[in-house]
Amino acid sequence: MKSRSDTLSGWLFLAPFLVVYLIFLIYPVFQAAYMSLFDWDLLAMWNRSMVGFRNYVEMFTSDRVFWVSLGNTLKFVVYSTPLIIFIGLLLAVLINHQGSGFFRALFFSPYIFSVAVVTLMWGFLLNPQQGLIAVFLGWFGVEPIAWLTNPKLALPAIVVTTLWWTMGFNMVLFLAGLQDISPSLYEAASIDGTNSIQKFFHITIPGLRRTMLLVAVLQVIASFQIFGQVYIMTRGGPAGTTRVLIQYIYESGFRDYRLGYASAMSVLLFLLMFIVSYFQFKLSPEED
Amino acid sequence: MKTQKVFLTVILAIVAAFWIAPVIWMVSLALTPNEILKTISTSMIPIAPTLKNFAGVMSVGLTSRWFLNSIIVTGLTTIFTLIFHSMAGYAFAKISFWGKKVVFPAVIAGLMVPKEAMFIPLFLLFAQLDAHNTYAALILPRVAIPLGVFLMTQFIRAIPNEIEEAVQIDGASRWRTFWQIIMPMSVPAFTSLGIFTFILTWNDYLWPLVSATKKEMFTITTGLASLQGNFAQATELGSLMARGVIAGAPLMILFIIFQKNLIRGISLSSGTK
Repeated sequence: MKSRSDTLSGWLFLAPFLVVYLIFLIYPVFQAAYMSLFDWDLLAMWNRSMVGFRNYVEMFTSDRVFWVSLGNTLKFVVYSTPLIIFIGLLLAVLINHQGSGFFRALFFSPYIFSVAVVTLMWGFLLNPQQGLIAVFLGWFGVEPIAWLTNPKLALPAIVVTTLWWTMGFNMVLFLAGLQDISPSLYEAASIDGTNSIQKFFHITIPGLRRTMLLVAVLQVIASFQIFGQVYIMTRGGPAGTTRVLIQYIYESGFRDYRLGYASAMSVLLFLLMFIVSYFQFKLSPEED
Repeated sequence: MKTQKVFLTVILAIVAAFWIAPVIWMVSLALTPNEILKTISTSMIPIAPTLKNFAGVMSVGLTSRWFLNSIIVTGLTTIFTLIFHSMAGYAFAKISFWGKKVVFPAVIAGLMVPKEAMFIPLFLLFAQLDAHNTYAALILPRVAIPLGVFLMTQFIRAIPNEIEEAVQIDGASRWRTFWQIIMPMSVPAFTSLGIFTFILTWNDYLWPLVSATKKEMFTITTGLASLQGNFAQATELGSLMARGVIAGAPLMILFIIFQKNLIRGISLSSGTK
């Protein structure tokens, strides 16, 4: 069946995509690995010296900021993932019972905003002098809190901001998962006299196991790439307590002019995410 | 059962009111004169509503330029993505060509490449070509989405072969078949992929921040971000919020029109139904 003209037209149809794919998605991965072996100055881009694995050695053994940034990134994963699963699932179950598309659309809607719009809203919401949250807490006699300049509260405040922003996406995944659970299971359970709470734990939760895994994997992938909300809201502060890995890569490259070192961290981030993405890949719809 | 549903609706309505409050607040502040906001900035209903803030930011300064940049970059990225991906999808779905069994998995494996992590080598690539601060630099790295190829392939594969064969007997070339048969029939898939590309590109932050360093080449997303935080110059609150509304408006409109396609698209790409 594979005629010569089919082979030609096949490749021609593929060509435009393949060219951008190879140049802008695949080549940078190898280029990063290559650059990570050099001392590569941003201001003297054509001038570089090979240093072997010294960038990696420095990263792992003597760079405290790297470890703090990696730690903050992992903290973000650990705080946000259970919250997103819990609230996304809770709202999905309520909306599924209630049955109107209006609430689904409303809770989903923050997801469409850009990071700059979200940080604009939340930066001022959290503002101790002008923000709504200070007013709201004031009703209960709580003094205004400077969320974003408090080392203990800045990261949780960014987690909440992100939760508000992206929860809707995960809620939609849960809603889709709920639709996939066969109604006959619930009917059978009703005949046996099972109550709603038992149904939830014995039918709904096991039926959503795959969705929960997917949401968790997607959340880990997204958290590893977190940058915008942190960079805009706190610039990594106060005292580096919210600096994340992408921000440190950005600073190493464009503030310290160390492209080689920044590439070494990119490669590490790539490997970390590759491992997680592999699970996402396994969860993706099979090609048939 | 009836009371249970009413109860559920009330609970959801209360939570929803809190959930949407930040958006209403932003819009309310954007409609309030800057002078009033100096004394009170916590009203959910605009006091002495005015469109002056919008008129002001669109006529003075770079906001309208940033908005235009975003329209150009997002529009072209979406168009190129749709054309390139449907062509690739057509090749994978309908043409049996030498090498397909190797290329398809290689493209799907691209799903595992985190593009956010690779901005340093991409920066160098464009720096060596001296091509930063151009539309091409903002568009090209965003056009290849492996998931998009996967979705288009799945969709085009479902188009019956008979339709295609009927026109090929008439002597139509692959190219004509693609434009006259496949493209028109792919509109539903285009809608989902197109909206996603539009949202992701409009909201892209890291790459435009790295590549477009000249103020005139900022997108509305990086431009709006540059005005925030302790490091930005103080801007009047009402004007700032008006910029936020302007940055969010195209997507709000798109969302209202295509809400169902968007949500169905997410459900489909997750592999559940």
